[in-house]
Amino acid sequence: MRRIVPIGPYHPLQEEPEFFKLIVEGEKVVDIEINIGYNHRGHEFISPTLTWEQVPFLVERICGICSDSHPYAYVLAVEDCAHIEPPPRAQYIRTIIGELERIHSHYLWFGLAGHFIGYNTVWMWVWRYREPLLDIFELIMGNRNHYAINKIGGARRDILPEDYPKIEKYLDLLEKKNAMFTKAIVDDPVIKARLEDVGVLSKEDAIAYGVLGPTARGSGYAIDTRKDDPYDAYDKVDWDMVVFEEGDVLAKAKVRLIECDESIKIVRQCLKDMPNGSIETRVDDIPPGEGIGRHEAPRGEVFHYIRSDGSNMPVRHKVRAPSFMNLASNAIAVKGYSIADAALVLAAIDPCYCCTERTVVYEDGEKRYSGQDLLKLSWEKTETIRRRYRK
Amino acid sequence: MMKGYSKKILEEISTKFPEVSVKIHARRRTYIRVPKDRVYDFAKYLFEEKRFRLATATGIDTRDGMEILYHFSQDAAGTYYTIKTVIPKDDLKIKSLAPFLPAANWIEREMHELLGIDFVGHPNLKPLLTAETWPSCLHPLRRDYADEHKDIKVSKKP
Repeated sequence: MRRIVPIGPYHPLQEEPEFFKLIVEGEKVVDIEINIGYNHRGHEFISPTLTWEQVPFLVERICGICSDSHPYAYVLAVEDCAHIEPPPRAQYIRTIIGELERIHSHYLWFGLAGHFIGYNTVWMWVWRYREPLLDIFELIMGNRNHYAINKIGGARRDILPEDYPKIEKYLDLLEKKNAMFTKAIVDDPVIKARLEDVGVLSKEDAIAYGVLGPTARGSGYAIDTRKDDPYDAYDKVDWDMVVFEEGDVLAKAKVRLIECDESIKIVRQCLKDMPNGSIETRVDDIPPGEGIGRHEAPRGEVFHYIRSDGSNMPVRHKVRAPSFMNLASNAIAVKGYSIADAALVLAAIDPCYCCTERTVVYEDGEKRYSGQDLLKLSWEKTETIRRRYRK
Repeated sequence: MMKGYSKKILEEISTKFPEVSVKIHARRRTYIRVPKDRVYDFAKYLFEEKRFRLATATGIDTRDGMEILYHFSQDAAGTYYTIKTVIPKDDLKIKSLAPFLPAANWIEREMHELLGIDFVGHPNLKPLLTAETWPSCLHPLRRDYADEHKDIKVSKKP
């Protein structure tokens, strides 16, 4: 018998509204229908009504978690259109903020994923070490989020030399703790059994759906904008792209964990080689033309396209967030797994959602699944695996 | 090795598709103007033979017609090959890429609702972003949106 289990319009695990209709047979998910658009705010419509300098503040508010990535891609697009080269110091500053943001975003995801499979200790610990990072952001830019660091032709704020030791001290701490988390998550037999072979996305599907970021790299699809199309300081530092072949939730988690190590490496080198000088160039007019900006956000490549007619406003501004591509791939990844796995698989791509309980069965209305129910289902599965390992 | 567009690929393109014209904006950004009825074949060639990735597509309402840009990325070289095409405003139809390229599915749905472009052969052209109550004759990203809006009453119930 087929039933429909709706998850949403608010995803019970994460913080943005998205609506999944799982079509299930017994416990098994056979099909999925994805509805988005509950958070459509018309940025592409508003953007051409603002001046070039105002747009970064608008696009920064597209996403609260990766608030650096949209303005970053936007300024890269305008710089591509007008052939502007920002001064080296600004390039290094932007790279540092981009990488620190990756760590904080990945840690947010670990915490939620840990909570979701019933490892609340992971959640508490991970978020405990994410907190000092937000303090660093406050130290550099005055804000814990919405940093407003990007500007056409440079950066808006400088990192003061007396702040370097504070950042390095945090990186030392983080490096140790990240090694601990890697050990705790990768070596734990229960977590391994819980996440392995769940939500597998094959490489062929990954390419066909055009998925990005850790979702692609967890499926053996080696793309990373920082390596492929290096911008700012990414080609001046030494780091490795992290790729795993398995395509399951565990592979995606491993990609994110090890990527944090790489990010630490990048920030360290940037701080060491940071050139002196100005942090901005003078930008006069944006000539008529078009530009493409791409930045590797924590979730994958952010794509911005702008077109200019020579006036002080863009004519068209296209924004493509990575979750737009990654979400569509859920249609493949979630099929054939149980409801207890579904919410975890749906969250494995790290779509930017809130623990809001708004899930009901509206056909065959005997059972109602709230966010708590989904958590319980998932925790029970972990508990069964755990019991098996205790014996 | 400096990354960037490959002369070999551009030559191959111009022999296989003589009707296209290539504009090189920067080392890693090229724009290829393709006539409307060749877009499908050209995109198929880029995706299936060259294994490029479709990043996204952009629709722009311009004076000469509705412009569609398909942004294809060659990740190994970090280069964007953007297909540009213009379709006349009195016949807003183009062949859909979604049947062979799942990545084009959602973005074509988005362009269909925001710009009113009809993608022929698309498996499911349901609105993606706008609300269920949104009238299907209103296209927010069109230039004449304000005029379209004049004689429409939006009902509150679906």
